[in-house]
Amino acid sequence: MITLHVNGTAHQIDAPPETPLLWALREWVGLTGTKYGCGIAQCGACSVHIDGQVMRSCQLPIGDLGQVKITTIEGLSPDASHPVQRAWLAHEVPQCGYCQSGQIMAAVSLLASTPKPTDAQIDEAMTNICRCGTYGRIRAAIHAAAGEG
Amino acid sequence: MNQISARLGRRLFTTSLVAGALTLGLRLPPARAASGAPVPAGASELGLWVIVQQDDTVIVRIARSEMGQGTLTGLAQLVADEMDADWAHIRTELLDTTDNYNARHAWGDMATNGSRGIRTSQDYVRRGGATARAMLIQAAAQSWGVPSEECSAANSVVTHGKTGRTSRYGELAAEAAQLAVPTTVALKTQAQWTLIGKPVKRLDTRPKLDGSHVFGLDVQLPGLLCAAIAQCPVFGGKLKSFDATAVRAMPGVRHVLQVDEQSVAVVADKFYFAKTALAALPIVWEEGEHAQVSSATIAAELAQGLSAKDAAIGNQKGDVDAAFAAAARVIEADYATPFLNHATLEPMNATALYTEAAAGARVELWIGTQNSDDALLTAATAAGIKPDAVKINRVNLGGGFGRRNRIDVPRLATLIARQLPGIPVKMIFTREEDMQHCYFRPVTQGRMRAALDADGRVTALAARISGQSVLATTRPQALKNGTDPTAFEGLEAAPFGYKSIPSLRIDYAMRNTHVPVGTWRGVNANQNAFFTESFIDEIAHATGRDPLALRRDLLADSPKHLAVLNAAAERAGYGRPLPQGRFHGVAQFSSYDSFTAAVAEIELSATGEITIHRITAAIDCGYAVNPDQINAQIEGSFVYGLGAALFSENTIENGRIAQSNFHDYPVMRLASAPKKVDSIIMPSGGFWGGVGEPTIAVAAPAVLNAIHAASGKRIRSLPVKDQLSHQA
Repeated sequence: MITLHVNGTAHQIDAPPETPLLWALREWVGLTGTKYGCGIAQCGACSVHIDGQVMRSCQLPIGDLGQVKITTIEGLSPDASHPVQRAWLAHEVPQCGYCQSGQIMAAVSLLASTPKPTDAQIDEAMTNICRCGTYGRIRAAIHAAAGEG
Repeated sequence: MNQISARLGRRLFTTSLVAGALTLGLRLPPARAASGAPVPAGASELGLWVIVQQDDTVIVRIARSEMGQGTLTGLAQLVADEMDADWAHIRTELLDTTDNYNARHAWGDMATNGSRGIRTSQDYVRRGGATARAMLIQAAAQSWGVPSEECSAANSVVTHGKTGRTSRYGELAAEAAQLAVPTTVALKTQAQWTLIGKPVKRLDTRPKLDGSHVFGLDVQLPGLLCAAIAQCPVFGGKLKSFDATAVRAMPGVRHVLQVDEQSVAVVADKFYFAKTALAALPIVWEEGEHAQVSSATIAAELAQGLSAKDAAIGNQKGDVDAAFAAAARVIEADYATPFLNHATLEPMNATALYTEAAAGARVELWIGTQNSDDALLTAATAAGIKPDAVKINRVNLGGGFGRRNRIDVPRLATLIARQLPGIPVKMIFTREEDMQHCYFRPVTQGRMRAALDADGRVTALAARISGQSVLATTRPQALKNGTDPTAFEGLEAAPFGYKSIPSLRIDYAMRNTHVPVGTWRGVNANQNAFFTESFIDEIAHATGRDPLALRRDLLADSPKHLAVLNAAAERAGYGRPLPQGRFHGVAQFSSYDSFTAAVAEIELSATGEITIHRITAAIDCGYAVNPDQINAQIEGSFVYGLGAALFSENTIENGRIAQSNFHDYPVMRLASAPKKVDSIIMPSGGFWGGVGEPTIAVAAPAVLNAIHAASGKRIRSLPVKDQLSHQA
């Protein structure tokens, strides 16, 4: 059994230690807001926070995680009230929505370390793939959320 | 039912009030209305499209698929406007595919492709809204003993003007539902619209912000197993053998199954276990006759088509041969585009449950599909049962772009489930499987030729398209005289704008490969606009004309084309000085009954890296239902189209796709996306054009023409990739 601390709750996981956190979250913990897109840390759909830092969970074996605090999109706020979620709503960012859990987690992490990011800093930090092409609205929503903070 | 599946059961359709029907019969099904579709207790069905609850909630039935393109909200606007319903109390419900099948498609075509979601259903859904309004007004008039003509409706309230009496829709609905459904209703004039044309907020954003939006990949059911599938990597090849004993003892593995002649699946407790075991499964493929095919052999075959004698004519006028014989000068250029995977971010997947009972076998599918009509028929065929014994639970699509039109996924999921009666099985393509097994944008080449007179005027244009036919893969019965009329998309007589060219011949040499192809957002308009709009630019440069000025001349007899072109050029400041190092490129095209134009403003670094500073795009789609969603579709079209033009290609090696994931199939990311997309929505009225696809056609040529302006380099083969890179 491996213990994962997810969104403030300890979960006992009966999965092999090499299981990527992505699949542990989706198939053992039952939190499906974290998405599978590529499995090789290319697309960012699986982005979660590990002790506040955004990471791609598809490449994190649960056996290596120790006591870290994991935050998923479900744990970001109880009612989609986080400033980034509110900015996403105000700018109508999502189209299909599949990548947006990861995009939001990446944006929250960026703003935590860089409260007023420049366009260049957004370019560098926001590397998650969106196939619907919502990048312009993601950029605008990050600037808006930064303005609130 | 554990906590998770209970939660997902409630959330499966966040906009649905009939979720009870989706949870394996764990709740009582709602009552059936006159149409055959369900109605919640206490609510009333008013015609086919509208249900009104006592609390004034208006539920609009949605037949088309929502995959991010905003159609769900737009359709609801159309219905609510004609109904004079209060937008704040609008809900939507996805129509059940089997109900529609049983009602002989009373709700029309459910397939959502060809940018048709709104434009080909607007008439009947608006009539649906107007029908409900008429019934509510009549119910009010009868209760008051006054003529209907003296009553009006607004914001879900009927008012009798003379007496000032009012009644809410929720109060009237039960009475209204007893009335005969009127067969003729008047639609509003455009001047009377209150919601159509307004940028109202999407109805489906909220659950996309907290992870609660349930995509096919997220479906949870009691007793669910997961399947990972491997199909023969060489298209047309077969599964020869596999050694199940090698993986049967691996964690979580339950079954190793042959699915059909070319595929094998591992079924396990978790998808992680299924894909891990599949990767370890020894499989022997019989690769078949195509194992030696490569991109080079395909390119050679297409190149032969460029000069082949036989070709199907798609658009012809005047005497082209005479014009070329008399030409003072002939310009010619060849272009090429690759296979392209849609690469929806949610990989292909479907969950299927096959059950056997005394009354006969049934199949239930949970699938994000653009085409639930075909998914229904496909599951029935795969299970050997009648279509009305299939239920499709339409879950959210993590991108469509044309890929989710196809029926491979419902077929394979059903074939797996059929071998495991009573057990729901979620089949997922790994990204690698998804990359290898797609219905790709067809590989195509084009040869463009122009005849010029002594003054440099274009006297004839000849275009030869050589490439693979979408219809030959997807609907071979739709081929006409053995060829594919859709190959000419956007170049047919009606949409083709360069009508002032005296002589014209556009023809097509169909050259099919063993690779399955399909509808990729914008379909053949992508290639045809790339060929044509690049070549018009080439003519301009060869004759010393400004590319915009030449287009204006050639579009003189096409006022709608000209209007969008002029609007984009003016807003972009075309012709005025740009900041140092920046260049403009322009393109126009008409497809899906809409007219589009774009001006790209780009910069090339010393090493050949491109920055797209600004896109100015104009669209005339006739009527604009939700301008902000049109903006979103234009923004997305540039990202999708430019990612393909700059970075993406699928190549063939040894008969199979050479790419496997996003590391070798790069797509556009935020840093490379246009810094600004400035949209001009200019609906001229009188027709309903598409929105999801038309703009993508101008994305690549506008930027490629700007690249030429910046560098003198003409890109004739996509993607651009490293064709511009050089040492600083």
